[in-house]
Amino acid sequence: MKATHAEMGAAPQYDETVVRYFTVATALWGVVAFLVGVVIALQLAFPVLNFDLPWLSFGRLRPLHTSAAIFAFGGCALFATSLHVVQRTCRVPLYGGREVAMFLFWGYQLFIVMAAVGYVTGVTQGKEYAEPEWYVDLWLTLVWVVYLIVFLGTIMRRQEPHIYVANWFYLAFIVTVALLHVVNNLSVPVSFFGAKSYSAFAGVQDALTQWWYGHNAVGFFLTAGFLGMMYYIIPKQANRPVYSYRLSIVHFWSLIFLYIWAGPHHLHYTALPEWAQTLGMVFSVMLWMPSWGGMINGIMTLSGAWEKLRTDPVLRFMVTAVAFYGMSTFEGPLMSVRAVNSLSHYTDWTIGHVHSGALGWVALISFGAVYYLVPVLWHRERLYSLRLVAWHYWIATIGIILYITSMWVSGILQGLMWRSYDELGFLQYSFVETVDAMHPFYVIRAIGGIFFLLGALIMLYNLCRTIRGDLRSETPVERLQPAPAAAE
Amino acid sequence: MSLIKHKLIETNVSLMTVLVLVTVSIGGIVELVPLFTIESTIEEVDGVRPYTPLELAGRNIYIREGCYNCHSQMVRPFRDEVERYGHYSIAAESMYDHPFQWGSKRTGPDLARVGGKYSNDWQVLHLMDPRAVVPESIMPAYPWLADRKIDPSDIADHLTSLTYVGVPYTQEMIAEAQADMKGQADQDGDWDAIQARYPGAVVGDFDGDPARLTEMDALVAYLQMLGTLVDFSQYDADALRQ
Repeated sequence: MKATHAEMGAAPQYDETVVRYFTVATALWGVVAFLVGVVIALQLAFPVLNFDLPWLSFGRLRPLHTSAAIFAFGGCALFATSLHVVQRTCRVPLYGGREVAMFLFWGYQLFIVMAAVGYVTGVTQGKEYAEPEWYVDLWLTLVWVVYLIVFLGTIMRRQEPHIYVANWFYLAFIVTVALLHVVNNLSVPVSFFGAKSYSAFAGVQDALTQWWYGHNAVGFFLTAGFLGMMYYIIPKQANRPVYSYRLSIVHFWSLIFLYIWAGPHHLHYTALPEWAQTLGMVFSVMLWMPSWGGMINGIMTLSGAWEKLRTDPVLRFMVTAVAFYGMSTFEGPLMSVRAVNSLSHYTDWTIGHVHSGALGWVALISFGAVYYLVPVLWHRERLYSLRLVAWHYWIATIGIILYITSMWVSGILQGLMWRSYDELGFLQYSFVETVDAMHPFYVIRAIGGIFFLLGALIMLYNLCRTIRGDLRSETPVERLQPAPAAAE
Repeated sequence: MSLIKHKLIETNVSLMTVLVLVTVSIGGIVELVPLFTIESTIEEVDGVRPYTPLELAGRNIYIREGCYNCHSQMVRPFRDEVERYGHYSIAAESMYDHPFQWGSKRTGPDLARVGGKYSNDWQVLHLMDPRAVVPESIMPAYPWLADRKIDPSDIADHLTSLTYVGVPYTQEMIAEAQADMKGQADQDGDWDAIQARYPGAVVGDFDGDPARLTEMDALVAYLQMLGTLVDFSQYDADALRQ
């Protein structure tokens, strides 16, 4: 076998350019996603903000927000970290070289822009989180296949006997998202030169195909991929090994097996046959176990290094993310129980649940990952300011709490109002009375979103200064804390 | 034991990829395939028909404007929902819906049975300025729908595409699509022929402007037929069991 860089003692020439590009894109798209989120939150509180303009109306901006959050912000974070982690843990540069890596970056950005332009101009398939039309779907399929080839090729040429656990999760994410994307987007275009297409499926079959896709966009895009992040960056940042190797194996296989069944819980009490609803519910409840297995594995990786939570705000981001992951993966199975779902479905409770996952888990762990990556990629001693990271942490956390608590209250309130009767047995509230009752919570939610956006802007500033090579002279974070009382 | 065996997987990326693919396929196959093969999934009821060309154009505007983000089209079998909206929705009612529009959120009310509940005038006024008729409403206004003329020239292509995915449009329906689209909202249209092809189709001027065929005509035509096709007085709960 020929001598490798590693054997010769020299570091392999990793391709860091594409990782840098995706890292910057993560931060920028994050700000865009949060900004559009704030706008549509304000539109629900103050409908005049729709301005009677087609391209500013809620129905078109809401897919823009969800896609910017999931595919632009989350997607770029996944590309950045997966391409970084696979090189470092396999100790080889990316398969395919720099040109292919750059195609991945620009190809994916083109997908984002094509999808976004479509939304504001009214080009949509009308399936949630799968709104891009057929031509955008075809382009993404091409980019995704190249991504899979680059990822697999890099692993095949690895200089390590074992494939590191983070890569299992990234691999499952890439493979499964390809499968979901292709099946759910099967459609017949009306003409070769037109944007419009009709889904291959109809009615109840389309509904289950869509939520098989939709729930596993959560399960594989927003969970498995980000667990890959957790399994690499938390051990690196804490300088501790992963808590349990055996738990990693059990966590991985049980999570990917169970997740795929959970889609029907989005269709409780609908015209979906009851056997399918029941399967979805049972597997959703079972999913609680591997989810918490993963959470335990992530958090317990800190055992013996708990004091770092006080001194390292980057680690605090990641561990809080895992804690939110634990919370929303408990809430999810709870809401998938049909009796609970009868109240929560169609209300803001669902929106709150999604955001405890999206803001609490996905965004916080991505912030942690970006704060970890930037000094590594630009070869800086440390971030420009750790105190600004701490500020970001608290502002974002307050934002999340405002968001999810207001949505819990509004969701449960509206669900109860819909089903309440007066003493004569008539429905007590008209629908619009329940809309009116939501107003204060929509205002609070928007304020929570503004907090979250402000935090991201602080991050953007901090990252810019770090990339420029600036170091803020400041009191280290650990010395800001009161000294722990001596144990006597 | 299991750790030793797992070494085989985690040192062989091809094996791991295949096993991942198998593992994630099982649940989807078990849930999705029977939904296409079990015949009782779609209830046997009379009345469900493909959309008229104008309704179809209206439905595409509904999708374009993202109405599904705030309105469901799926009444659940609960006392309060049946009282508020009407008979619970059944699978047969959306059997020609490519894509389905059941929705996932009710920022506004369910629309599965909105057809015929309000007059055309109310619908137009409400779409032009929701707060003019419902002061507490938080719905955006859609004034551009009334300004935009709708082009029926490619509607036959839409019907043809839908036949490829299983919607039973006949050759006659496709041949007459353009005329039907204009005729449904036009007093000079051949309403008898349209209603023969599409039983229960609501005809007449929808947007208050008989001279022009606008997006407002199409959207209101679609809203006015939602949930009206099946006569539920004919069926008891047992007949609707899947």
